[in-house]
Order: sequence, then C-alpha cells, then structure tokens
Amino acid sequence: MKKYWHVLGIGIQHNLTYRFNFLARTVFGFIPLLAMLYVWRAIYAGKAQPEVGSYSLSQMTSYYLLITVVDALTAVNEDDWQIAADIKDGNISNFLIKPIDYLSYRLFLFFSGRLAYLAVAVIPVTLFVVGFRQYFVFPRDGTTLALFLLSTGLTALLQFFISYTMAMLAFWVLEVSTFIFIMFALEYIASGHMFPLDILPAAWQRVLAFTPFPYQLYFPVSVYLGRITGVELLQGFLAQIFWVVAAWAAARLAWSRGIRRYSAVGG
Amino acid sequence: MTMEFADKRQSGSEGGPSGNRRGIIRRYAGIYAALWRNSVAREMSFKANFLMWILVEVLWFALQLAFVSVLYLHTETIGTWTKWQVVLLIGASHLIQQVFQAFFLINCTNLSELVRTGKMDFLLMLPVNSRFVVSLRQVDLGAFVNAAWALMVMAYAARQLQLSPGFLQIAGFAVLCVAGVFIHYSLMFLLSIISFWTVRAQGIVYGYYNLFQIARMPDEAFSGAFRIAFTFAVPMLLVSNVPVRILVGKIENPWMPLLTLAMSVGCLIASEWGWRVSLKQYTSASS
Repeated sequence: MKKYWHVLGIGIQHNLTYRFNFLARTVFGFIPLLAMLYVWRAIYAGKAQPEVGSYSLSQMTSYYLLITVVDALTAVNEDDWQIAADIKDGNISNFLIKPIDYLSYRLFLFFSGRLAYLAVAVIPVTLFVVGFRQYFVFPRDGTTLALFLLSTGLTALLQFFISYTMAMLAFWVLEVSTFIFIMFALEYIASGHMFPLDILPAAWQRVLAFTPFPYQLYFPVSVYLGRITGVELLQGFLAQIFWVVAAWAAARLAWSRGIRRYSAVGG
Repeated sequence: MTMEFADKRQSGSEGGPSGNRRGIIRRYAGIYAALWRNSVAREMSFKANFLMWILVEVLWFALQLAFVSVLYLHTETIGTWTKWQVVLLIGASHLIQQVFQAFFLINCTNLSELVRTGKMDFLLMLPVNSRFVVSLRQVDLGAFVNAAWALMVMAYAARQLQLSPGFLQIAGFAVLCVAGVFIHYSLMFLLSIISFWTVRAQGIVYGYYNLFQIARMPDEAFSGAFRIAFTFAVPMLLVSNVPVRILVGKIENPWMPLLTLAMSVGCLIASEWGWRVSLKQYTSASS
C-alpha cells in the first residue's frame, strides 16, 4: 500500500507543474456556466409562473453552482488519454514486470490529479460561489452533508472506472479519442451537466434511471439539495454502488482481455 | 529567424518586390492545392477514423439541439427568440464553427506542437509567407460534411418559421458568416501563439471551446458587463447572432452588421500584430 501513497505524492508534484493549465481551465470554464445562468434568468423573466419543473430561479442557480463544485471534485481530466497513450506506446510493459497493479496505480494518479486541481481551482471556484452567495444553499443538516460527500466519492470512482474502461479500447483500436468523445457527449447531457434531469419528461427520466449517467453527477447534487429522501435515497445509493462495482468489474475484465491480446502482439 | 527573412527569400524568388500580383496569386493557389491533396491523402488513409470524427461532431450538434428542445419545453421564448429561431441560431453557429474548423482549427492547435518539436524553424525557412503556411497547412475535410448537416438543420428551421429570405438577406448572411469565421480564426490564432511563450498551451486552446458555447446562445439573454465584454472585446455574441438576425428580420439596429464586420477586421489586425511580435521573440526549440 505504501508504494501507492508514493504514487500519490509524485502525481501531485507532477500535476502541479500544470497549475497554469488548471487555472486557465477553471476560469474559462466559468464562462459557459455564467452564460447558462443568464439564459435561465431570461427564461424565468419571460414566464408567468416562477418555476421550471420544481425549480425556482435561485434553486436552479444553486443546482449549476453545485454541478461546478462536484465536477471539479470528480471529473476525469486527462487520465483516459494518458492510459490510452501508455497502452499505445507500450509503456505498460514496465508495469507488467513490476509488482504494481496498474489500475490501483492509475487510481492514485487520478486522486493526485484531483487534489492538485483542487489546490489550484479552490480560489476561483470559491470566488465564484461567493459572488453568487445569495443563491448558494447549505445542506439541511450534517447527515445530508455526509451523504453528499459519500455519493461524491462514489461519483469520482464511477467516473474513473468508466474512463479507465474506455481507455482500455486502445488495446483494440488505434485511435480511442473518438470513442472517448462520444462517451463524453452522452455523459455531458445525461449526467445532468447541461440541465437538471428532473425537468425532462417523465418517460425520459425513467429511461435514464437505467443508465449509470445520473450517478455521475446528478445524484450527489440532488442529495445535497435534499431533493432525494427516504426510500428513493436508499435506492439511489444502492444503484450508485451497483454501477461503481459494475464499472470496476468492466475495467478489470477489459484489462485482462487486453493484456492477453497485448502480449500476443508483443510476441 | 524572423518573418522579414522569409519574406525576402520569397520576393527574391519572385524577381523583386514588384513581382506581378497575378503570379503571386497563382503561386499561392498552387501551393494551397498541394496542401489540399496532402490532406485528402492523409484523411483517406484512416477512413474509419474519418467517419468516427464526423459521428462525434454530429452527436455534439444533436446534443445542442436536444438542450434547446428541453429549454423550450418550459418556456415559449428567450427574450424575443422563439424555439425555431434558436434552432436556426444553433445551426448557423455550428456552420460557422465547422467552416472555421475545416480551414484553420487543426493548424492553430498544432502551433504549439510545431514550436515544441522545432518544426517551426523549417516552416519559417520556406520561401512563402509563413503565416499562410502555418494557418492553412492542413484541411479538415470532415468539417465540410458537418457544415452540410448544419445547413440542413437551418433549412428545416427556416421552413418551420416560414422564412423566405431575399437575395440581399442571404448575401448579407453569407458575408457575416465569413466575418464570423475570421473572428474565430483570429482569436484562436492569437490564443495559439501564446505557445511561443509557454509551450504547454492546451489549457488555453481548450478555453476557446468554452467561448464557442456563448456564440450559440441568443444575445438577448445577456446584459451588463458580460454582454459588453462578449460584444466589444471578444465578439462571440456577434458571430452567429447577427447573421441569424438578418435572416429572420430581427435587425433593430443597422449598426450591428457593420460592427460585426469592423470587429472581424479588428481581430484580424490584432492577430497579425500578435504574430509579428511573437516571431520577433521566437527562439527555436533546437537552439
């Protein structure tokens, strides 16, 4: 286990060399977010009733603020590209002969990337949230906060395992970026990044409930806002845990299949 | 290595600075045709990948349209913009973005790679205008296919709106779209040449994608400093909103098209200035 903590340390140092990149990414990322908030404000201004779905304007605003926070905490940044490049360039051979598990190694690198990103992004994100403080709601109680943190942790794992599995495609195809972008597009709309999923027609919500996407972003935010309670909350957590385990199993399977193929090619 | 040097070589090979203009145009057209042939050959050697990239773009375009449909489930208008007007806007924005992508985008994003690997030295040595060859080296053919989808969506939205634009409207629309392409190009080029100073500039290039997102939103939603900044400093709110306003007959202020053209020229001038400054201080990666 100690060696993986070491990976974490090295990863943080390595990632901090890109602090300018991280800062640019965060600051530029606020522009579409601001634009989105403007569009919603215009929509609410033109409406007779003050609600969209079950959201008032300030609830809608806090939804987007929380999406930004959870996204900063859990989004996979470049891990998938790096994993695919490792496979394509043959760098993983180094790991096959070492007593280190590649999935754990990458997982710790992912955590280190998130920590380094947070160290840089915490300033602009805080400034932004403070700027919108009248819309920023605090969780109802300590339990809600704890559940939110738990589901955010599960979200991070889910994001990582899905990205890892996608990157495993590099064993089979030359160019994985198109597959990653297609997945990213699906995640972008179906995880609640563009709009809260419960403003969709009921039929669509039912379809989405059978996919892992809502658990990649929408679920922790809804927990925080106290929109999911009771039995639904329990069901939500079970489903999220199910998807984390499923994605982990898919990642392991893809790796063992890929390695078999990889060795065959390498002779 | 400066641009002056490259320019001197160039005029030298043309037989003096007063070498005839048609000769120059013919020469550059020849070079550009060769670059096209190269790009076609490159794309066709990875056919599956070529089709996959088109699929990616189609998906992202569909996503934008889906988003608008969701918004209009809950409202009739955004400002004065109706649903099909916004679909037209997203189509136009996609069209402009794809044409920009077809000609310029890869070349802008490749710039940092050219600097990092030292290939820039080689390009600056060529007896052609260095900005020409840096900006237009590769053509992204898939983007033309995506531009065609955008046109189809626009045509459909226009039918829903029962628009029948006259010749002048279409011409005005086309001219403003070209102006929009040049705004995208100039700003992206300016961002890319930051890589002359800091080699790791992908964060900046990524940032521009965020700006694209503003170009497809109805301008009336915005106000205050945000609207001023994205009209007069980074004219994203002019790029596709103004041409669409011409098509749907929403031009309340005749200055808007003129402002768009002026901003386009201004951005081009700024990018040329940035290019010259950065070439002056360019030190090769290999030296």
